[in-house]
Amino acid sequence: MNAPAQAAQLTPQKFKSDVKPVWCPGCGDYTVLSSITKALAALAVRPENVAVVSGIGCSSRIPAYTTCYGFHGVHGRALAAATGLKVARPDLTVIAAGGDGDGYSIGGNHFLHACRRNVDLTYIVMDNRVYGMTKGQPSPTTEPDWDSKLSPQGTGLREFHPLVIALASGANFIARATSSDPNGTAELIVQAVRHPGFSFIEVLSPCVTFRPEQRTWKDRVHPAPVAPTDDPGRAARRLMTDDGFNIGVLYAGHRKPYRTEQSATPSSVAELEAEFIL
Amino acid sequence: MRRLLTGNAAAAWGARLARADYVPAFPITPQTEIIELLAQWFGAGEMRGRLVMLESEHSMVTAAAAAAATGVRVFTATSSQGLLYAMEMLYTVTGWRVPFVLVNVSRGLASPITLESDHNDVLAARDSGFLQMHCATCQEIVDSVLLAYRLAEEPAVRLPAIVNLDGFHLSFTREPVELPPAEAAAEFLPPFEARGIGFRASRPSSQAVAVLGGSPYSYFRYETHLAAQHALEVYDGVAAEFAQRFGRRHDAVECYRSDDAEIVFFMIGAFATKAMDAVDRLRDAGVRAGLVRPRLLRPYPVAALRRALAGRRAVAVIDQNLSVGKGGVLHGELASALYGQAEAPLLASYVGGLGGRDIAPEEFFQIARELGEAIAARQAPPPRLLYTAGELRQMRNLQAIAAAERSVPGVAA
Repeated sequence: MNAPAQAAQLTPQKFKSDVKPVWCPGCGDYTVLSSITKALAALAVRPENVAVVSGIGCSSRIPAYTTCYGFHGVHGRALAAATGLKVARPDLTVIAAGGDGDGYSIGGNHFLHACRRNVDLTYIVMDNRVYGMTKGQPSPTTEPDWDSKLSPQGTGLREFHPLVIALASGANFIARATSSDPNGTAELIVQAVRHPGFSFIEVLSPCVTFRPEQRTWKDRVHPAPVAPTDDPGRAARRLMTDDGFNIGVLYAGHRKPYRTEQSATPSSVAELEAEFIL
Repeated sequence: MRRLLTGNAAAAWGARLARADYVPAFPITPQTEIIELLAQWFGAGEMRGRLVMLESEHSMVTAAAAAAATGVRVFTATSSQGLLYAMEMLYTVTGWRVPFVLVNVSRGLASPITLESDHNDVLAARDSGFLQMHCATCQEIVDSVLLAYRLAEEPAVRLPAIVNLDGFHLSFTREPVELPPAEAAAEFLPPFEARGIGFRASRPSSQAVAVLGGSPYSYFRYETHLAAQHALEVYDGVAAEFAQRFGRRHDAVECYRSDDAEIVFFMIGAFATKAMDAVDRLRDAGVRAGLVRPRLLRPYPVAALRRALAGRRAVAVIDQNLSVGKGGVLHGELASALYGQAEAPLLASYVGGLGGRDIAPEEFFQIARELGEAIAARQAPPPRLLYTAGELRQMRNLQAIAAAERSVPGVAA
């Protein structure tokens, strides 16, 4: 690359565009936006070397609020677009962002295969357990007994468990963050971007309009009581017994990321064997 | 019972009066109100059956058709991107020959993204095998859902049907709607007689879809086409029965003051009511104007359209859609229906109302003027987009702002 290695560090403000977010007052996504811009500043990247890719939904409006390259795409397809972009331009920092409705319903299959493919990009899901843009229907992460206009007695369906699924599908870095701690979330995003391969961050980001009870999330979150692990088995046990409010890096593995620049054929026995390790 | 209902509520009432057993659902603006109302009615026990939220429109249409194959009455609804996401299944399930009703709340397609109405979404399904009915009023929506079930469930038709209404202009606009009493609706639309289709308890069978060569494939696709064409004749009978029972005519082609018209507006959907208003005002000013509006777009009522337009001098087809690289879809369809006909009118093509853009009365008057000139010159004007100089100026201003923003110093080096 021709860009100078020691790029002058920009302020977070330089990553914020003049476009005013249309989110509701109190929406968790405001602080997630701040965390992303803080993280990008801390990573000492430049807006023109970053692409923020999203699908459709409230949180998927985020690309326009940054000064980076952005792509506000099709419902559920953020990861497909982000994968194509990163494979074609491995020099870019690629962040896919969106919500639980976008990412786990129509986007669910892309999520599995993005984890499995392990392309070096970061996926931030602002999870509020509701379809906000269409005004409050249950999403895949909605609790089975949540009463809504579309599910008067609750859906009765088990929630999707994104972190467990990410781990089982091969994501290389798994963290949970909270919009009530913008600095902590920014730090997790920095780690996620730096970690090779597919990094997944679930951000608890309350919908104050359709799930006002989520305002209490800020009192329920707590730092994960144990250090990050690189052992998928241990991570699986932790995630399966998780209370949903553990904040921090929950898994940081060593799977080789999808190779974009050289041949994908392993050249040594050790490399070949490494492919077999989850 | 007369009520003030939005188009979405009218669609939900249609499903309720049809006594839908199963509603697979997925929310999308501007359709969501339909499934929320149905969920509320199922929840309160005012409707018997199930509403199940699926994970996508693709699964939703698949579930709808599979349920219909068991012989239950199925209703579902979507819009725009959702209809397109289900496109694979739209074609697939028409080959299953199972009847159900899908309400589409028309909204323009990405990209760029719009939430407001045009007809490119539903016209993308034009060749799928779904029957298509296009509504102009909220009254027509509730009536069309009932008509659509009768048509779709007719044994010699057996095809799913789309009832289309315009997003925002109809979906969120309240109009007085006469709701047929439940008993009368049930008499008009008796329980679904699945007859030959359907899985039955204690009678296992496999409805596996065979992989066939071109010859049997052609046979089955063409058979589907003939069934859809047969629906024209069936529709006339069903609409006549509806008119007799409820006093409201919903002919396959609506003709408004067009019998003695010199110039005719040709449109589908809610904006046709704007054209009707323009027709009245033009008539007041001494211009012999009329409107012809196909309600039924699939099957395409060729004979009725030929009859309606024979002897008219000029027709303006106003397409709220754009077949990129060709032009307005309805214009091409009408041209093929009228080609070679004696006394065929001149056909002018206008594309307007894309992505929620209005069509103003002045624009209808301007079109009328242009048709008058075309009649005098015996030559149709070239196709064009309804777009004003003011809009273009505003667009140029926006582009100038965007260009200035792109060159903000200090960000993009």
